[in-house]
Amino acid sequence: MSFAHRHLLGIEPLSQQDIVTILDLAETYVDLNRQSAKHADVLAGLTQINMFFENSTRTQASFELAGKRLGADVMNMAMQASSIKKGETLIDTAMTLNAMHPDLLVVRHPHSGAVDLLAQKVNCAVLNAGDGKHEHPTQALLDALTIRRAKGRLHRLNIAICGDISHSRVARSNLILLGKMENRIRLIGPPTLMPAGIGEFGVEVYDDMREGLKDVDVVMMLRLQKERMDGGFIPSEREYYHRYGLDAEKLALAKPDAIVMHPGPMNRGVEIDGTLADDINRSVIQEQVEMGVAVRMAAMELLAQNLAAETRR
Amino acid sequence: MSDLLFTNARLIDPEAGTDAIGWLRVAEGRITETGSGPAPDPAAGDQLVDCGGKCLAPGIVDLGVKVCEPGERHKESYRSAGQAAAAGGVTTIVTRPDTAPTIDSPETLEFVTRRAQADAPVNVLPMAALTKGRQGREMTEIGFLMDAGAVAFTDCDHVVTETKVLSRALTYARSLGALVIGHPQEPGLSQGAAATSGKFASLRGLPAVSPMAERMGLDRDIALVEMTGARYHADQITTARALPALERAKANGLDITAGVDIHHLTLNEFDVANYRTFFKLKPPLRSEDDRQAVIEAVRSGLIDIICSMHTPQDEESKRLPFEEAASGAVGLETLLPAALRLYHSGDLSLPQLFRAMALNPAQRLGLEAGRLAADAPADLVLFDPDAPFVLDRFKLKSKSKNTPFDGGRMQGRVLATYVAGLPVYRRD
Repeated sequence: MSFAHRHLLGIEPLSQQDIVTILDLAETYVDLNRQSAKHADVLAGLTQINMFFENSTRTQASFELAGKRLGADVMNMAMQASSIKKGETLIDTAMTLNAMHPDLLVVRHPHSGAVDLLAQKVNCAVLNAGDGKHEHPTQALLDALTIRRAKGRLHRLNIAICGDISHSRVARSNLILLGKMENRIRLIGPPTLMPAGIGEFGVEVYDDMREGLKDVDVVMMLRLQKERMDGGFIPSEREYYHRYGLDAEKLALAKPDAIVMHPGPMNRGVEIDGTLADDINRSVIQEQVEMGVAVRMAAMELLAQNLAAETRR
Repeated sequence: MSDLLFTNARLIDPEAGTDAIGWLRVAEGRITETGSGPAPDPAAGDQLVDCGGKCLAPGIVDLGVKVCEPGERHKESYRSAGQAAAAGGVTTIVTRPDTAPTIDSPETLEFVTRRAQADAPVNVLPMAALTKGRQGREMTEIGFLMDAGAVAFTDCDHVVTETKVLSRALTYARSLGALVIGHPQEPGLSQGAAATSGKFASLRGLPAVSPMAERMGLDRDIALVEMTGARYHADQITTARALPALERAKANGLDITAGVDIHHLTLNEFDVANYRTFFKLKPPLRSEDDRQAVIEAVRSGLIDIICSMHTPQDEESKRLPFEEAASGAVGLETLLPAALRLYHSGDLSLPQLFRAMALNPAQRLGLEAGRLAADAPADLVLFDPDAPFVLDRFKLKSKSKNTPFDGGRMQGRVLATYVAGLPVYRRD
């Protein structure tokens, strides 16, 4: 098992083999997490700091749980209430934390590239828990694990990613990961929510959801990022739901065994019909959350191993 | 004062478009004679400068340099900017008014003129703001400012969005024959942008502006120039799509010129790579297609002027996430070595480069400089176009070290710089 990366800043630097390595290790943690004794103390003695410069409940909880199950000492820092408000720069914050000798730093930041910047200034391993509109690698990995378990493979699938692509780091990381694993990707959404230059990504773009969903194996819905919008990207929520909200009727156009995914938190009745989201025959949304903990355990273990090997050298 | 006789020089004459071995004589701060081939016998008392076959060209006239006085002297002073200019072969810097406070009154203009005279070894010509505080609401005292020495009027990167304000300022400026410099950009589109929209910006998740915003800004300004008859210069044209409009405006006989900074000629959006903030510029770096189109426009003369758009920023303002980091790069010392990349790549000849870096800016401002002809001021740069070096930003003379060329392989070095026949820089 080799994983020669200092940090997990994005999917972009990872190879196919790296991705498979993480997913395979994560599988073992899925089993562990289903037992009543959930401890594997591979991170015992290590310190994990979660720094969230942007609100998060589920991702932070998932990272915290992953660290604790692996025996790390986990500390959460609510950065919104901290010294950043007193004018301290990101780099100063990073250096201050670095002086406390953490081993794993989990960072979420509202600006693209901020986690890269921070990683340049610290000695520990950094995990990107979402930076601006750039990447959210552990989300893409947990989505990949979910797909692989549901479909039995992670290649040559037709996968539709639907909604607010342009503001979504989840979409970017998924696009890169699923592309690396050789799937056919369709992006579905109103043109105002598509990033520029999307034609050069090697994907198919649809603004008609019904057309885009035809014969897909996986339907990945995105949250409509209301808080990120300057305003005026779509006429109204109800028109959006009518044209791009996933309901049983639109899903009927996909393959009969197509699965429905959502990174959460969901806006029921905006991008997805509530009943459909709860349909255990189609929706794997709860499984995604479960996979999240396992994937984060795997990623942290691999980075810690790599860090230990580096220290020995 | 004895005459200076430069012999065995590769004379780069942008006016004649020639690049040939010759000699040049200087007396009392002016060029008195030039000729090709071997130099005539020196007269008694002549001071000889054997150029060893290296290039002798008119000193660079850099239009749009930010010196951070008043307000932010820790970023750049007249002394440090002047030394950087001398080391870069720049003999005239035309300074921007986007300081804190803005240079928008005769009093602040007199302050910077005094500071420049005291400390800068090169010629300094100040520009003043077009509107008070660069707020785009009321025009400045254009007449008084011209009397105090302002050579052009610009709000720099603040676009005057009120079209009525701009049209009146242009009309008033025309009556005085003042040159107005605009920043062609549609601010409604470019607000908050840190990159040019396209695949790269989308992959990096950066807020981006369509290259079309530049054309929209230029189209508006051209219409106003047509309406008012003002003398107008577009500070930076960096996209292919803006070029046809510029070409039409020139063909229609409007008094319009355009510039481009050296970074947009030598770098593209992909150089930002992993959020390297020294590559964050305003306007943002463009696609390779745009870069090629703009080089072609310089070659054809459609774009008149190459400048450094020297913008000092301290480490703190650059060591931030890309979106939050300040824009701009220093360029006085790297303008010539970077421009020589275009010479070595075969894109532009040396006379073409010096036409854009010396002759055209001088003529646009009504200066006698920028030429290698008798009676022109002896503002000269002697350089070796081939000398290779790796750029170390900490060796720059600017107080700020924010250059995108740090660690870059450069080819071409300034050996000596002369202002009015006197050496202001000599490479040891």
